[in-house]
Amino acid sequence: MAIFVDKDTRVVVQGITGRDGGFHTSEMMAYGTKVVAGCTPGRGGQKFENKVPVFDTVREAVLNEGANTSVIFVPPAGAAGAIMEAADAGCKLVVCITEGVPTVDMVRVMPYLKERGVRLVGPNCPGLLAPGIAKLGILPASIVKEGPVGLVSRSGTLTYEVVFQLTAAGLGQTTCLGIGGDPIIGTNFLDAIEAFNADPATEAFVMIGEIGGDAEEKAAAYIKAHVKKPVVSFIAGQTAPPGKRMGHAGAIVSGGTGTAAEKKRALNDAGIPVAERPMDIVPALKSIWKR
Amino acid sequence: MNIHEYQAKEIFARHGLPVPPGEVATTVGEAVALAGKFGLPVMVKSQVLTGGRGKAGGVKFCKTIDDVKENASNILGMDIKGHIVRRVLVTPALDIASEFYIGMLIDRTSQRVLLMCSAEGGMEIEQVAKDKPEAILKLAIDPRYGLLDHEALELGLKMCPGEVKKARQMANAMQKLYTVFLAADASLAEINPFIFTPDGVGHAIDGKVSFDDNAMYRHADYEALRDLEAEDPAERQAREANLSFVKLEGNVGCLVNGAGLAMATMDLVKYYGGQPANFLDIGGSSNPEKVVNALRIILQDKAVKVILFNIFGGITRCDDVANGIIKATEMMTIDVPIVVRLTGTNEAEGRALLSKTKLHPAETMDEAVQKAIALAG
Repeated sequence: MAIFVDKDTRVVVQGITGRDGGFHTSEMMAYGTKVVAGCTPGRGGQKFENKVPVFDTVREAVLNEGANTSVIFVPPAGAAGAIMEAADAGCKLVVCITEGVPTVDMVRVMPYLKERGVRLVGPNCPGLLAPGIAKLGILPASIVKEGPVGLVSRSGTLTYEVVFQLTAAGLGQTTCLGIGGDPIIGTNFLDAIEAFNADPATEAFVMIGEIGGDAEEKAAAYIKAHVKKPVVSFIAGQTAPPGKRMGHAGAIVSGGTGTAAEKKRALNDAGIPVAERPMDIVPALKSIWKR
Repeated sequence: MNIHEYQAKEIFARHGLPVPPGEVATTVGEAVALAGKFGLPVMVKSQVLTGGRGKAGGVKFCKTIDDVKENASNILGMDIKGHIVRRVLVTPALDIASEFYIGMLIDRTSQRVLLMCSAEGGMEIEQVAKDKPEAILKLAIDPRYGLLDHEALELGLKMCPGEVKKARQMANAMQKLYTVFLAADASLAEINPFIFTPDGVGHAIDGKVSFDDNAMYRHADYEALRDLEAEDPAERQAREANLSFVKLEGNVGCLVNGAGLAMATMDLVKYYGGQPANFLDIGGSSNPEKVVNALRIILQDKAVKVILFNIFGGITRCDDVANGIIKATEMMTIDVPIVVRLTGTNEAEGRALLSKTKLHPAETMDEAVQKAIALAG
């Protein structure tokens, strides 16, 4: 079991003919993900790697190949449009890897998705990887392992670092989910935690936050009220100066809020251990998790 | 990206907001000439990209030409929170009967543009939010319909109870500010304060606009608005080289792939008693040119005593990254030690390549950070 994906996940890749889209589509297929179609306007009729049909529109991919999930690699200027196209065509899960999508575009996208009951992961995220089930996005398959731990993070490579340590310690994962570093994202910590809490295969989980916003604080309150599974957290950006964007558009301490210290306090108050260093995450999890 | 008050007001005026006339001066003589043009009394206002200008003495009321001379000469060259004043805005001084705050920003919770207004005009909204949160009225604007007439009027009437004429002017200003927000791809737009003169006419006498960096590609005209003198030179070079970089005060230069890992690396340097010199995300590329650019920018800072690479090879292969680093270090002379941590795909091959060089290899983040701090001395 995993969250958000299963064996029936049938993927259309938007931007399959681009350099990154093509490379990562091959990686997804190599992992066993059912990539049933690609979409690049103007490239309809071609075949990706001589087997995956490419269409001009997502609707054709849904109608002809039964795609129900989209993974998006299109450039920032077209990303919001691509998300809405996937939603309108009937995809129920859309994963947008693209970094640099203008924020007001995402403001327009969100109600469109809500009206159609579509889950978005991202943008500006590595996507998700459910070991043994499917890989949607760019998380490296080489570092994951099947097992009982859920992982949700706002980061990319920091996520890989933690997954790597979990795997090295023999702790496999149900799903590794990167929700993205932008201020407006489709799936937030709360959504992920609700899903992990409801997933019988997930016995414990790790939440990796960073400075900016108050998503970690909200997650802490939810966990305190509803979650009995062991949870460990880590917050990046304690040394970040205020008012400076630390790479991710959403990683900024503004008006004195969104600091790492505030987030740690909220998590600790909710009884969630916050690891001081990435390497402390696995020991912290083991110490509270009686298997 | 932040712009100056005078630039924000130009954008406001283009969208029909009631902005008083005004022009910038870079010398006392120009300021005096502008005061003559607009007529006394005038305000002389420092143009720096930081708040608290008034408190620092950077905004002055001038009744006479002598006042203009004195204040302009005091303000030009003034240091306000590390920002040197190079320009002043000269604008007619208006009689203020009442003042208000109108602002908009991206709200992560509602995932909409959030309109905020308050009768506590002229104060920093963060302060009002702390001291008197009930004084701020908020409305998350539905992007499907925009800011509707009745929504804006209701807020205007709450700001100016019983004064429909004033409420209408405020409502109008709110709707125009929303137009500005969308058209400019703003991340923040504020009128602070929006004032009424004794004759009941509203004016946007100060303003602030920040642009969404993600949307710069569709506003070619914004580059001309950038104040290059106000930007840290290293941060400017990084921006031009497409690197995500923030300058800090320490001596451990950090090059990391990925923003989250870069932040965690800085934190770890601090944890072990060191001080990071910068935040830098070199991205997923193993391109030697990118590494060279990054090294050049970091090494300009003479405080930097050691370079720390922290690379998690996921999709990027560690041997590719190692080759990139080796090539880059061969292309320039570097007289500080370099610690390289490579983990992930093909890490053994990557480390084998490094072992033939003078670079200091490390296996884990913790080992790398401790080595770097020791080498920094």
